[in-house]
Amino acid sequence: MRKYSSHLLYGSFCLLILIAVQENFLNAYLQLIIMFMGVNIILSTSLNLVNGYMGEFSVGHAGFMAVGAYVTSVLNVWLFTSDRVFGPAVLPAGSVIYLFPVTLLMGGIVAALVGLLVAIPSFKTRGDYLAIITLAVNYIVKSAIENIQVIGGARGFMGMRNIVSSMHEVVNVPWVMIWIFAGTGFSVWLIHRFVTSTYGKGIVAVRDDEIAANIMGVNTRRMKMVAFMLSSGLAGIAGGLFAHILGYINPGSFTIMKSTEVMVMVYLGGMGSLSGSVLSAVGFTIILELFRPLQVIKWVAIPLLLILLMLFRPEGLLGHRELTDVFPRLRRIFVPQGKRA
Amino acid sequence: MAILEVRNLTHFFGGLRAVFKFDLALQEGEVLGLIGPNGAGKTTVFNLVSGFYHPTEGDICFRGNEIVRLRPHEVTALGMARTFQNIRLWNTLTVFENLCISQHSKLGYGILGTIFRSRGFRTSERCIRKTAEEILDILSLRHYANEYPKNLPYGLQRRIEIGRALAMRPHLLMLDEPAAGMNPGEVDQLIELITWIRDKFQLTIWLIEHHMRVVMNICERIVVLDFGETIAQGTPEEIRQDPRVIQAYLGDADSIDA
Ligand SMILES: Nc1ncnc2c1ncn2[C@@H]1O[C@H](COP(=O)(O)OP(=O)(O)OP(=O)(O)O)[C@@H](O)[C@H]1O
Ligand SMILES: [Mg+2]
Repeated sequence: MRKYSSHLLYGSFCLLILIAVQENFLNAYLQLIIMFMGVNIILSTSLNLVNGYMGEFSVGHAGFMAVGAYVTSVLNVWLFTSDRVFGPAVLPAGSVIYLFPVTLLMGGIVAALVGLLVAIPSFKTRGDYLAIITLAVNYIVKSAIENIQVIGGARGFMGMRNIVSSMHEVVNVPWVMIWIFAGTGFSVWLIHRFVTSTYGKGIVAVRDDEIAANIMGVNTRRMKMVAFMLSSGLAGIAGGLFAHILGYINPGSFTIMKSTEVMVMVYLGGMGSLSGSVLSAVGFTIILELFRPLQVIKWVAIPLLLILLMLFRPEGLLGHRELTDVFPRLRRIFVPQGKRA
Repeated sequence: MAILEVRNLTHFFGGLRAVFKFDLALQEGEVLGLIGPNGAGKTTVFNLVSGFYHPTEGDICFRGNEIVRLRPHEVTALGMARTFQNIRLWNTLTVFENLCISQHSKLGYGILGTIFRSRGFRTSERCIRKTAEEILDILSLRHYANEYPKNLPYGLQRRIEIGRALAMRPHLLMLDEPAAGMNPGEVDQLIELITWIRDKFQLTIWLIEHHMRVVMNICERIVVLDFGETIAQGTPEEIRQDPRVIQAYLGDADSIDA
């Protein structure tokens, strides 16, 4: 029972929200914030895998998000709608309700492959190459998209609104919210499985002492690549979901600014803490909304917040710890017996 | 039968000749000591054998495999484990996790097994935990299973490091100055532990040590290194009387008599 208590809790929470949405208890603005929370949870937990658990320094997470966003969106528009550029629909529009997870996953896979391209040169040698390369890749992805006119270039890409409408035509439920809940749950579940296995803990050994890890039998280069691909793949999935919230994307949404936001979430929540990253993503989404009236000043306030955090609580809310470590009572609910050694 | 054969091993750090024409045949079940003054190249030999450095020249054959070009985890997978002169435990992982992760080369499952919790994953994880628990009991570390190594006393950390190496079920165990920084009481315990481990696990042990009491007590054979070259080898008795060894340790002769 305990083994599934977190699944149950999450399931009921999602159901509650979905019912509230369906019954019009939540206005569109609140729905939007909840959906952004989901996307931000995926982004922060997946970046934490690399920057927190593995102790590397990746600074271009939004680049992978962009890849996923565009791949999923273009696939959907090409397959399920009649479009000026991509011609008539290839598949019946209604089938999108089954195939959306597939195109979403495709976006994730392509983003993971781009992650592999980054990982190969970055992890061949030790040092701070990853930061520089991810920074470059973030810029390259953004300018590449700006210069590909078929997908709208700098003007952006739209048509995902029609996708969402076709879903609603089949069954009228809040589809995007459902996919975001599923994606968020999937992402956290995946990372949790990874970091609690002996296999996945290999990346923590890499962080603590890479030389010792390699000499004691961890294939360090392989582990770093796997973790990095997992991380960028999940960022791609976050991108695909993000694209369907507003039904419109443009390269401007995936700048280094966005990457910085994700990094703030990771450091706010605490390196190497999954629950910390979830909490900080939720909190940060709210802070971002509260600061919205400040407009440009927002970009003074948020870095300031980060500096204060680094000064007064450098390990973040929950550095290297989980909620269950801070509140041991939660263990009774969430940690299966026998797993406590 | 030789478990490890090193031929003509030579290594340069830039212009510095750290190891020169080092030869060794390590017999199965043997306890061999490697001694020599500071900077003689002992740790470098260990680093070369475990695949961390690739030698400028020479061959290394471990259990019938040429290992000179292999990466460290590949050498480990063949059954070689070691400890480090300056303890290198993973400090944000618990003692128990340290003992588990060192079994990485024997996992038998990969990323998909991890995600889907395949049968292979479950068997392997069960086996890993079992081995780790055995090591906890054998080395009397049970009490510290959930502690972080950095919070524990030095002598204990040394023992955990030996445990982490043993958890891999190696054929060859290499210890780099296991007695360094220990008080006399801890050194006695260590001598007992190493002898006991050898009998219990029936493995080959190769150790670097400055503490002559340790070396003279447990090694059946000793190789002496000076400026990267082997200057003597033989039984503890022979080494103790070898004039070249005494010469190399000049001014340090007390440590040989000790
Ligand atoms: N990575 C390196 N780069 C350059 N020189 C090195 C490196 N590692 C070791 N050396 C040098 O190689 C020589 C042999 O060093 P090594 O650490 O093998 O000695 P050792 O016999 O283990 O000494 P100690 O008893 O102090 O541990 C020393 O002169 C050392 O300064
Ligand atoms: Mg040394």
